Order: sequence, then structure tokens, then C-alpha cells
Amino acid sequence: MGMTIVQKILARAAGRSEVAVGEVVEPAVDLAMSHENGALVMNQFFEVFKGTGLEPTVWDPSKIAIILDHRVPAESAKTATNQKKIREFVAKQGITKFHDIRGDQGGICHQILPEHGYTRPGQVIVGTDSHTTSHGAVGAFSFGIGATEMAGVWALGRIFNVEVPATIKVVVNGVLPEGVLPKDLILHLIGSISAEGANFQVIEFHGRGVTSMPLSGRLTICNMSVEAGATSGIVPADAETERYLREEAGVTDPLDMVAPDADAEYSRVIEIDAASLAPQIACPHTVDRVRPVDQVAGVKVHQIVIGSCTNGRLDDLEVAARILKGRRVANGVRMLIFPASWRIYREALRRGMLAELVDAGAVVMNPGCGCCLGVHQGALGDGEVALSTTNRNFKGRMGNPNAEVYLCSPAVAAASALTGVITDPR
Amino acid sequence: MAQVVLTLADDISTDVIYPGRFMATVLPSETPQFAFADYEINARLKSGQIAPGSAIVAGANFGCGSSREQAASTLKGHELIVVAKGFARIFLQNSANLGLRTIICPDIEASVGDELEFTPAEVVNKTTGKRFEIVPLPKARQDIIDAGGLIAYTRKRLLEARGAA
Repeated sequence: MGMTIVQKILARAAGRSEVAVGEVVEPAVDLAMSHENGALVMNQFFEVFKGTGLEPTVWDPSKIAIILDHRVPAESAKTATNQKKIREFVAKQGITKFHDIRGDQGGICHQILPEHGYTRPGQVIVGTDSHTTSHGAVGAFSFGIGATEMAGVWALGRIFNVEVPATIKVVVNGVLPEGVLPKDLILHLIGSISAEGANFQVIEFHGRGVTSMPLSGRLTICNMSVEAGATSGIVPADAETERYLREEAGVTDPLDMVAPDADAEYSRVIEIDAASLAPQIACPHTVDRVRPVDQVAGVKVHQIVIGSCTNGRLDDLEVAARILKGRRVANGVRMLIFPASWRIYREALRRGMLAELVDAGAVVMNPGCGCCLGVHQGALGDGEVALSTTNRNFKGRMGNPNAEVYLCSPAVAAASALTGVITDPR
Repeated sequence: MAQVVLTLADDISTDVIYPGRFMATVLPSETPQFAFADYEINARLKSGQIAPGSAIVAGANFGCGSSREQAASTLKGHELIVVAKGFARIFLQNSANLGLRTIICPDIEASVGDELEFTPAEVVNKTTGKRFEIVPLPKARQDIIDAGGLIAYTRKRLLEARGAA
């Protein structure tokens, strides 16, 4: 019997020749990522060592990544103190993949990992963040875990009791039409299989619509796979993966281009006709309330957000800048842009995109997660509506349970910024 | 016997259980004050009006969204029992890790005030007299629960791995 990508990766990481779906394994971890919640991981890590007489040292400081991104620069004394404790821990343990609040190296964890070449095909990656699914974009098995589980990884380098997940195969036939972006594809998929449609399973993406997609778009679709409940999204590594890792991330090591077997068994196969897709909108307050844009066009919005680990990459900013250049954000609309990393910020600055966006009336914020989850800047007022390229529209998500969040692509967001209502960019 | 103190729809996210704006608070000893912070039940939880061992009955996909462990520790702090038609993966794992009792019961029917009894195989609604089958937790999670939570489990594994040195 052939194996899916996740079976192959888990077999390798568990030191086995093959593993079956449902089997429990203890894979070795190649990369363990945390952000500000590293403060909680530290607490649990010290708890584990309590009473053992052992020195609390991490299993391999070169395999731990900590990126400060959720509340940057710190919005409160409490956060600043947590961040300070993390810095001290990083220094003491010799953790090398640490990205502090700095314009030369900082950003959102799910952009920092790929752009620095930390993520590779075939790896087992865990992160104390649900959007760790993003890193399936390079062909890794990458999934979110809790802080206590991460404490175990820091101590022993393994993740305990992982059940080998079943895999849903999604085949995207054809290529996305003009004005329709990877975000629309993933929103469409979530809408059709529901917010729990892939619970406890992995989504493997195939077809020309995916092989023709740049790595930035693959990060978007894998990022949001968790919104269908998936443990991870995975795009098989190909020439684009190699191009990205070599040319953009500077990776020189050999790559393990793991691919599924032709006779791998899938729990379900879903085919999508890319050419038939329109821009999609996820309506409040669940990510699977997805409608084609024409069904919600005209809804008045007060805040537009472009950015995040989902859609804050150079391709996304370019789409927005092209639409907004020489024009003006509608009166009564606040437009917030937050690039996914400072490297992206600097490149957008060099190319003049940031100036075009600011001239149009947008506010360019520093890279970070705060606005998306309502913890740092960009909160909504009572009764207000946001249209955002982020990944979640749950009640209270942008800091106010009495507000509404719609999700969309950067093209829809930019076109809507000009009109003040949800607008089809085509 | 557990009294139902709250019933919830499908897809209750961790943003509802523990809003993001309180995420700078991380310690399990401090998170219980923010359980369902934007909802009426928060005041009753904080004032001690809800007895430990009370039950929340939810729909499918309970705990979807963020991996924040606070969503499990905040409910564990009040010793609540969560009976749901289904759970999101990370929340279910976090619950097992921290010792929050979760019961998967796809057909559960209960209203606020009902009294529930749990057998290994069933949830019995003593108020309505109806019985509902329980889906056993995935083995991987039951092992952690049986060890007394993930801290204890990890400590045992750590001593096996490093203790001999």
C-alpha cells in the first residue's frame, strides 16, 4: 500500500519504514516554534523538571525558533515582562533561531520561518500557534500544539502519541482567473467542506492550480487549512519550492523532496475547477460562512485590513498597491496594512509600494499579529464592520464582540477600500 | 451528577472561550477569571455561583481556532466538564494535557438545569431520562489522561531519557 506525504514524513521521523493511518507514533521534531506564548511554554517546561534533580536544558537549541510577533512592540508592562523573560531564556539556553522586535530581522513567525529557510520539505514542524499549518507550503508536516505539549518537545525533542492522520486530497484543476487569488480558493474550500470538514485530517493539495501557484499563495492556502479543522495543509515539494528555498531563503543544503505514492490512500478526493471560481467572502462569525463576492457586495465597511500571516506578503501588497495607486481610500474608511515581516516591509518600501498605499490614505503598521486577534491596535468600535485579509472572523476576534469581521483576498480588500463597501475587484 | 450550566451552538471558538485580548495572561492559576469573558456566565463563574463539576454542553467543533492553551486552563480552573458533539483537535489535546474533562457525545440533548450522569459508555440525562452514547477519546489522548496529565507524563519520560545519566 502506498503512503501519503504525511505517512512518509511520520515514518521517517519515527524511524519506521511505513506507518498506517490511525497508528500512534512518536516522531522526532525537526523544528519547534513559539512566539510570545513561549512564556507559558517556559513555565510548563520548568514544571516538568521540578523535583527531577535535572538541570532544565532544552534538547537542541538549534531546533527551537522563537519569534516575538503577537504584541510588538509590547502594548503593556505584562507583555514586555513576558518578552523580557523569553529573551533571558533564549540567551541562557543558546537558542539561535530567535527573532526579536527589530527592523532587520523581525516579523510574523509564519513568514520568518520560510523566509529564513528554517522550514524544509519532509520536516516535522510543531508550533504553539494554530496557523503552524502554513509550513506545509514547503512540503513539511507542520501543525499547531499547546504550550504544555511544546514543553515536552523542548525537553525531549519528540512529540508524544501522535495518531497518523488520514489525508484528504484536494485537486485544483486549471488556473485561477484574473482577480481571483489563492485566498479565494481556500475560502471556497472551507465553505464547501465546513469548519470541521477536515478535523483530525491533513489536506494534500494537488493539480495545476497549485503547481502554478507561487510559494506565497501556497502559504496562504496551507495557513487557512486549519480553518477547515485540518491538522496540516501540505503542498508536495516541487520546482517552485526549490526555487523559493534556494533563491529567496538562501538554502544550500540538499532537499528531501518527499512526494506521495501514486497508490496512496485518501479518505476523500475533492476536485475544484479553478476557472469557475469568483472572489469569495467569509461572513461573520464563522470562517465557513463563505459566499461569492456578488452576494455580499455593497455591505458598508469601516475598517479594511491587509496583512497577517495569511496575506501580508509582497505579492499581496503588490495587488493592493496596484489597485490603490493614485487613488484614495473612501471617506469614513480606515485602511490598515501590516506586512508579514520586516524583510517584506523593506522590499515594499524600496519598490515604492508603501508610499503608494500611504498616499492613498492607508496606515502602514509594523509587522505583527496584534490587529488580527484584537490584542494590539486596530480594534473595532461597537457595531462596526471590518473587511480583512486575515484568517478568522470569530465573534470578538478583532477585539470587540459587538463588531463584525468579513474575510477576503487582498484584491477585494483594496477594491473595497476605494468604495467603502464590499466590492468585486474584477 | 453534573448540572448543565451552559448550552452552546456548533463552532464555539477559543476566541469566545478565552478572548485574545487576555492572552498576555498565561498562567493556569490566573486564566480562570477570563473564562467566557464577554458572556454573562463569566460573572457567575467568578463569584463562585457555579459548582465545580458542572457541565457545559456544546455542539460540534468546540474549541476551534487558536491553539491557546488558556482556553483549556480557564475551564479546568473552574473544574467544568465539557460535553460536546465534537471537538477541534488542538483544544481536545490541550484538555487531555491539562486534565480538563471532555466527553464526546455526538447526539447529546440537554438544557440548562438538566442533571447529567456519566457512565463509561453513556451520558444519561437524568432530567429527561434520555441516554446518549459516548465516543471514546482517541487512544493517544487517553494515555496522557491516564498518566495524570502531560506534565506528569513528560516528567516520567524525561527521567527515563536523562535520569540514568
